[in-house]
Amino acid sequence: MSALATPVAVGTGTGARRRPRPARSPWLHVTMIPVTLLWLSPIVFVLFVAVRSYDDIAGRGLGAFPASFSTEGFATALTEGGVLLALGNSVVVTAFAVFASLALSSVAAYALSRFAIPGRRTILLTMLAGNLLPPQILLVPVASITEAIGIADTRTALVVVQVGFGIGFYTFVLHGFMRSLPTEVFEAARLDGAGPGGIFWRIVLPLSRPSLAALAALATTWIFNDLIWAMTVLRTESKFPITAALLNLQGGYASAWNVVAAGSLIAAVPTAIVFFMFQKQFVSGLLVGANK
Amino acid sequence: MSAQTSAPRRRSGLARVPLLVWVFLLVPFAIELFWVFWPAANSFSLSLTRWDGITPAEPIGLQNFRDLAADPIFLTALRNNVIWVFGFGGLSVVGGLVLAVTLNKPGPLVGLYRSAIYLPMVVSLAVSGLFWRVMYAPDGPINGTLGLLGLESLERQWLADPAVALGAVLIAAVWRQVGYIMVLYLAGLKGTDPTLEEAAAVDGASAWQRFWRIVMPQLRGVNTVVFAVTVIDSLRTFDIVWAMTRGGPYNETQLLSTYMFQQAFTTGNLGYASAIAVVIFALAIGFIITYLARQARTED
Repeated sequence: MSALATPVAVGTGTGARRRPRPARSPWLHVTMIPVTLLWLSPIVFVLFVAVRSYDDIAGRGLGAFPASFSTEGFATALTEGGVLLALGNSVVVTAFAVFASLALSSVAAYALSRFAIPGRRTILLTMLAGNLLPPQILLVPVASITEAIGIADTRTALVVVQVGFGIGFYTFVLHGFMRSLPTEVFEAARLDGAGPGGIFWRIVLPLSRPSLAALAALATTWIFNDLIWAMTVLRTESKFPITAALLNLQGGYASAWNVVAAGSLIAAVPTAIVFFMFQKQFVSGLLVGANK
Repeated sequence: MSAQTSAPRRRSGLARVPLLVWVFLLVPFAIELFWVFWPAANSFSLSLTRWDGITPAEPIGLQNFRDLAADPIFLTALRNNVIWVFGFGGLSVVGGLVLAVTLNKPGPLVGLYRSAIYLPMVVSLAVSGLFWRVMYAPDGPINGTLGLLGLESLERQWLADPAVALGAVLIAAVWRQVGYIMVLYLAGLKGTDPTLEEAAAVDGASAWQRFWRIVMPQLRGVNTVVFAVTVIDSLRTFDIVWAMTRGGPYNETQLLSTYMFQQAFTTGNLGYASAIAVVIFALAIGFIITYLARQARTED
């Protein structure tokens, strides 16, 4: 815990006085610098392994510092390892699933937050509950449903399943936001003759941009990082998203650590980009549901 | 859906419901019903059958559950899941809370520390598993570091040694989870009232006392969420174990989720797998309700 040793001299009654900034002890950095380095070490080591040549790893061991620089790991992973193809699958599935989830859940949230729908609280909580269920209880029936309706082993099935499982949560979050929009805006639009569809499109959607962005950042990482749904719905390797493809890669290139490491890094790049570009939205997305 | 047909309450700001709005609501709701609630209900009925996915399911009553009670691998998985809830949950909550308190006040480098701690969260669980496979490899960095420190006696085949494999996987999972918990607690700390702590400090309370008596009680809401989220996540854990060990060696790292998946899609015992899923559901439902109850209160 941080040192809170502060010579506090707060006049209890004087509201005008700013509280003094606590003096930082060097212990914060003395502990946090090693902790941070330790925390980043798996990523750094994987990077080291990924840029070494196969011969270097085989000769000097996996734990040694790089004595070679080679991109053969990346090249092998992307082409023969099928990582590029899998990355494409992941991007397509994620893009469609995120868009469809947010589109469907924003209209549902609009309906629930702005109209006197009977039992709307129950509906809302039921939808949220669906998202909290352990996926295991859905896997076997979902696999047979995809077969029954003829979309087994297709990327469409993966998109549909991701949407079905996710919309409850997104609806819940968007509902919380849309409910807080001021009523006056709606009254004004109604007086101007806008119908419910027009109000949604011209007023609610633009105003909801911040929370849609937060959810989009969060949903992108969730769907892109998913493994269990992909393994449940897909059978053909060429349709696998990156997570499932990497596990195969790891089986196929068991001794070629540089290929496995390069593949894992490539898989981490898209979500890392989303994270760094939308760090604020991402964090605010994570906080959803934890707010007081 | 509209079970309550009592007269709709007139609330300010809530208009009557046009047809289009019903479509807005019912299409997503129907999709969720079809892809979530219907399959979930099916799992319950499947758990009472023996089914290989090809021949028709054969109803066998509670036989699957009786078999589970006598299945040593299931019992290992159940035990491991209990260890997982406490180990994974405990370590990530304590770690996340300590880091949040440490990094609560802004200062030089603090933003950097925070980013480093929650960076692993963007890496998928499957990829985290692969990262840590590299770390735990027999000639990998962990054994290498132990060798450098002269601790050769501690070197081992981390993921192949039944005695330590579960712990090794657990550390990898905690590495990824701590940042998430830290973010939740950082937000909670932002909502606490600093003047209370200052007043207690003036009265001579130690940092430890202030934390437990002043700060912690104000974090009650966050604690509930963290607790529920952690347990639900623990029971769902699948990817990282699958990526690192597939439940091996000798089923020593089997969790309920991995065993369920294996039974369903490797062995093809779909009825038996559904019974395991029902057990997972039964263990999770209490925490799901806790979380929902809290969300329902904030909705008011």
